[in-house]
Amino acid sequence: MTVAGRTSRDVLIRGIRILGYAIRDEPWVFTVAVAGSVLYSLLIVASAYVVGAVVGTVVVPAFERGEAELGTVLLGAGALLAVSLGRVLGMVGRRIGAGYMQYRLQARYRRRVTRRYLELPLAWHHRHATGALLSHANSDVEAAWFPIAPLPFAVGTLVMLAAALVSLVVTDWVLALVGIAVFPALFTLNVVYSRRMAPRQARAQQMRAQVSAIAHESFDGALVVKTMGQEARETARFAAQAGELRDALIAVGRLRGLFDPMLETLPGLGTLAVLVVGAVRLGQGAVGITELVGVAFLFTVLAFPVRAIGWVLAELPRSVAGWDRLQTVLTASGEMPYGEVTLDADPGRPATLVFDRVSFSYPAGTQPAPATASGDPAPPTAEPAAPVPAPAPPEAVATGAPEPVGTPVLHEVSFTVPAGRTVALVGPTGSGKSTIASLAVRLVDPDAGTVTLDGVDLRSLTADSLATATALVPQVPFVFDDTIRENVTLGRPGITDDDVWAALRLAEADGFVAALPDGLDTVVGERGAALSGGQRQRLTLARALAGRPRLLVLDDATSAVDPRVEAAILAGLRGGRASHDAPVAATGDGRAPAASTPHGPAAPTSILVVAYRRATIALADEVVYVEHGRVVGRGTHHTLLETTPGYAALVTAYERAEAERQRERDAERSEVGA
Amino acid sequence: MTTTASRATAAASPRESTWRTVRRGLALSPELRTGLAGTLGLAVVSMAGRAAVPVAIQQGVDRGLRAPGGPNLDVVAAVVATTAAVLVVTTLCGYLMMRRLFTVSETALANVRVRAFRHVHNLSTLHQQAERRGSLVSRVTSDVDQITQFLQWGGVILLISLGQVVVTTVVMLVYSWQLTLVVFAAFAPAVVVIRLFQRRLAAAYGLVRQRLGAMLAAISESVVGAPVIRAYGVAGRTAARLDRTIDEQRRAQQRAIRISVTSFSTGEIAAGLALAGVVLLGVRLGVGGAIGIGELTAFLFLVTLFIQPVQIATEVLNEAQNAVAGWRRVLDVLDVVPDVADPGEQGVDLPPGPIDVRFVDVCYRYPDGPPVLVDVSVEIPAKSRVAVVGETGSGKTTFAKLLTRLMDPTAGQVLLSGVPLDRVRFASLRSRVVMVPQDGFLFDTTVAENIRFARPELTDEELEHALDELGLGDWVAGLPAGLATPVGERGEALSVGERQLVALARAYVADPDLLVLDEATSAVDPATEVRLQRTLDAVTRGRTTVTIAHRLSTAQAADEVIVVDRGRIVQRGPHEELVRDADSVYGLLYASWLEQTR
Repeated sequence: MTVAGRTSRDVLIRGIRILGYAIRDEPWVFTVAVAGSVLYSLLIVASAYVVGAVVGTVVVPAFERGEAELGTVLLGAGALLAVSLGRVLGMVGRRIGAGYMQYRLQARYRRRVTRRYLELPLAWHHRHATGALLSHANSDVEAAWFPIAPLPFAVGTLVMLAAALVSLVVTDWVLALVGIAVFPALFTLNVVYSRRMAPRQARAQQMRAQVSAIAHESFDGALVVKTMGQEARETARFAAQAGELRDALIAVGRLRGLFDPMLETLPGLGTLAVLVVGAVRLGQGAVGITELVGVAFLFTVLAFPVRAIGWVLAELPRSVAGWDRLQTVLTASGEMPYGEVTLDADPGRPATLVFDRVSFSYPAGTQPAPATASGDPAPPTAEPAAPVPAPAPPEAVATGAPEPVGTPVLHEVSFTVPAGRTVALVGPTGSGKSTIASLAVRLVDPDAGTVTLDGVDLRSLTADSLATATALVPQVPFVFDDTIRENVTLGRPGITDDDVWAALRLAEADGFVAALPDGLDTVVGERGAALSGGQRQRLTLARALAGRPRLLVLDDATSAVDPRVEAAILAGLRGGRASHDAPVAATGDGRAPAASTPHGPAAPTSILVVAYRRATIALADEVVYVEHGRVVGRGTHHTLLETTPGYAALVTAYERAEAERQRERDAERSEVGA
Repeated sequence: MTTTASRATAAASPRESTWRTVRRGLALSPELRTGLAGTLGLAVVSMAGRAAVPVAIQQGVDRGLRAPGGPNLDVVAAVVATTAAVLVVTTLCGYLMMRRLFTVSETALANVRVRAFRHVHNLSTLHQQAERRGSLVSRVTSDVDQITQFLQWGGVILLISLGQVVVTTVVMLVYSWQLTLVVFAAFAPAVVVIRLFQRRLAAAYGLVRQRLGAMLAAISESVVGAPVIRAYGVAGRTAARLDRTIDEQRRAQQRAIRISVTSFSTGEIAAGLALAGVVLLGVRLGVGGAIGIGELTAFLFLVTLFIQPVQIATEVLNEAQNAVAGWRRVLDVLDVVPDVADPGEQGVDLPPGPIDVRFVDVCYRYPDGPPVLVDVSVEIPAKSRVAVVGETGSGKTTFAKLLTRLMDPTAGQVLLSGVPLDRVRFASLRSRVVMVPQDGFLFDTTVAENIRFARPELTDEELEHALDELGLGDWVAGLPAGLATPVGERGEALSVGERQLVALARAYVADPDLLVLDEATSAVDPATEVRLQRTLDAVTRGRTTVTIAHRLSTAQAADEVIVVDRGRIVQRGPHEELVRDADSVYGLLYASWLEQTR
């Protein structure tokens, strides 16, 4: 058992402190809930006495006299009813209060956590798995406030126990001793139960996560599983994990089976003890029958509420764990503050982007570097050595082999995108192209050097000014589960439907959007309207164009688009829009003013484009060639071909691949022929 | 596609009664019935323990404390000793009952889970509609979890509570049938009211779940879309949207608890009425000599014992509804008939040797969708390398799916080596025909485990040998831990190109006679590209290969090109031949592609 001795006391203290924060956040709802609970609890104790009193003062005299006085009987019945109604009132206050408190806290912390997500820099986002961030906002918030639901009940129960003990002492001190023995025993049994249960439930939860991880992975890879006929093996893998979960759940169930009946029986045994002791005390004349019956009733009604304290204690470890995970988000630092300077927002005027000796390192542990292997290779059929559940526990995320120093990505990168020009950024995988793209729109800040737009350091621009002046179309398109219109405008003011259509046209997306059932109002990502990769890319491109940015950064943003369509898009951006039907002629220097295009012009803009295809490169005024985070060459395509061997090798690699294939095939044929 | 079938069942299920679901569930898991009688017997005995204490008080008071001639301690001692013995026995029975219940139910549900998992793999929805994958995962995770969680908490409580109501009623009847009637009269209206609330409550909880889904979707968007939100400066709008979904979910929760509490208080009020009624009538009966003080006192205890379980059971019934709904969803998915079925015993094996392909008048259309392929007839000779080209949406991917029998044609026939594809046993088909999908999905394990996915019996030495044949020996040697390098979730520790290398090696090791490649579109850097091309050549050498080509360099290198346009084959032949007609579909595609690469 992991929860033992000192640590469990730590957890208890910290858990109680978290409950304190909850009360501080929601003092009024808590007050109502506890008031309701105390009322309820006191009336439960009171009802024991009312029953005793009714028996003693109404029932016994009536039976003994053989006649009932109607008024007294009605009074007795009315008292019982009144106590019940009071209890209802208390119960309503307690439960609604507890629920409201729990839900309000959940909502409050979900807002706080998601707000932090929006504030924290992308570097921080990169360090954390998406699944972990989702579970902070969902299950961790839930876990942190689980003990709130039974909290008012537990507080009320404490009050009730105190009241019960006082009334016992007042009635008869010997009978009180029975209570003093039984209630703490009940309480201790509860605590032992909770403590033993916690690790078993944690294990079941862990197994559940692993079952879910396997199901996710196996279903995601369904095509591979099916086309390789490995369903049976996958099922065996899943069955093994499901079996572990089953065993974990049975272990939880057995513990319940052991403790629940005992908790049930203990108050019964207490009542029997009251009967024995009461008989003796009755013989001594110390108590009357009425008191005795009252005390016996008290034991019956107290058995259940005492368990509420156990519920709160049982949830504390989970609450502390959830709270700690929330704190990793709420106390994370590193916001990117924005400046005060605004740029001239005139969309008709392209901006000049200058990188001046920019260096950048990913902070420790940011990059998804290949994990080092875990010693011995696993046997073929074995489970992965250290399976990590889908929503990775934050400990794993936090301690996941952090690198001691940052990974340098860019070294003193300098280049300029002059106003209205197109610059292509070319380089092998991992050379830092995407990082340059991120720096150009200030998704990240450089460690050294400056990035300026029209001479203003990006760091001194306001958030609004930066967002209006620049637009980035990332490698992987991100589409919101919303209408096409909202996906293009993103709620930015001043973008009319005409603007949306113009942007869609430029992105060669007007055709498929017009064919959608509800046009601009079509909700994407829902039902059958799922878009293809190329359509998503074109939609995100339209989003960038709709804002008429003065600097457009394309990070390999058309990779999934058909080559013909891509050519049309790029030509459109340069001003000479091509038709769908004919292949695009080479645009030459093609810097014709955009206004001359037939379908409405692209706003003149400076373009920085991360390029792979030669056609893309051909459209650029200048090429910046990067290798290992350094600018190795700058100039036109033709100059670079001659001056920079790395560049020449890269752009001719397609041809080389072709030639190699041809050679091998020829060799194969001659072998066959020989 | 299965969607129509599953949609139909999903639409039918809300009308299905709880009992029907339970019967279906029991039919599916007969093991749930094993020892059920014994478990129920133990439950009833353990319930009797709760009635024992009030009886003991009655006996102790009437025959012991109020015995003629002062309290009789012997009688009290005897009553207490007997009751204590009964309590020990009933506690033990409670333990045994729960033990049996959990063992049987968890075992049965684990089996259901595994069976559903296996079944889902047969459904083509899984790979046809990525967006429905999440809901299929819930069938084998949260839906089953809902049932087990209910059984662990609510199920036992429900069982105990029902037992307690029965036992208490019996004991009450023994003491006084008139007073029992009073109790029932007080509770009857409450039960009706509670049932009415129950319906509203179910709707309210449905709303809570729906709002939760919306909230999680919004949070997920804000996390995954963080770069977009940042780049476009729309954090304020996103925050407003998040706040709205969070608050809507909170309000739905608060509404649900208000209804729940109202329903619960109805029961409490009924309890108060019952107590008052019992006193009123009890005194009358007592005065008439029909009932003793002890009996009336015991009755007051019994009323509380009767109220508690009724209250708790109504609470638990809500959870029961959720569990039954989860169970229904699992059963529904098991009922979906796979649209592509393994002919199994009746099927035949593919004849040994290289495979040739023949499509005879093949048509395919999605249910209530436009035709995707129309009258496709084509022959692909054994050992030839064929490239299928066409624009997005032309039907070339459908062609590949029909070829690997991921789907069946709506009309016409696909023959492999002369055998109709739907007659080929899956064991034979899947070992001889392998498809490399576009994204080359990798599992979260080592490079070695991924490569030997189809051939788990291969040793590391054999793998290394195969990789050398592919010319990938140096690449593997360069990995941090060689073959034992973990690839990460979905292969994310490797680059896109490296993932494709592993996927190709996996296909090579599977050693199929017909290889279907869905070419990846994502750009990889040219060095990896060269390596990929070389690997591709080695993998395809000597086997029939059909490549869904997105790059025309692939088509150029193929023995033959099949051009698909709007669901029909419009051209076929070697590249050199096709390209001569510059105005043909292929000619235009090629010209445009040249534009891209030159």
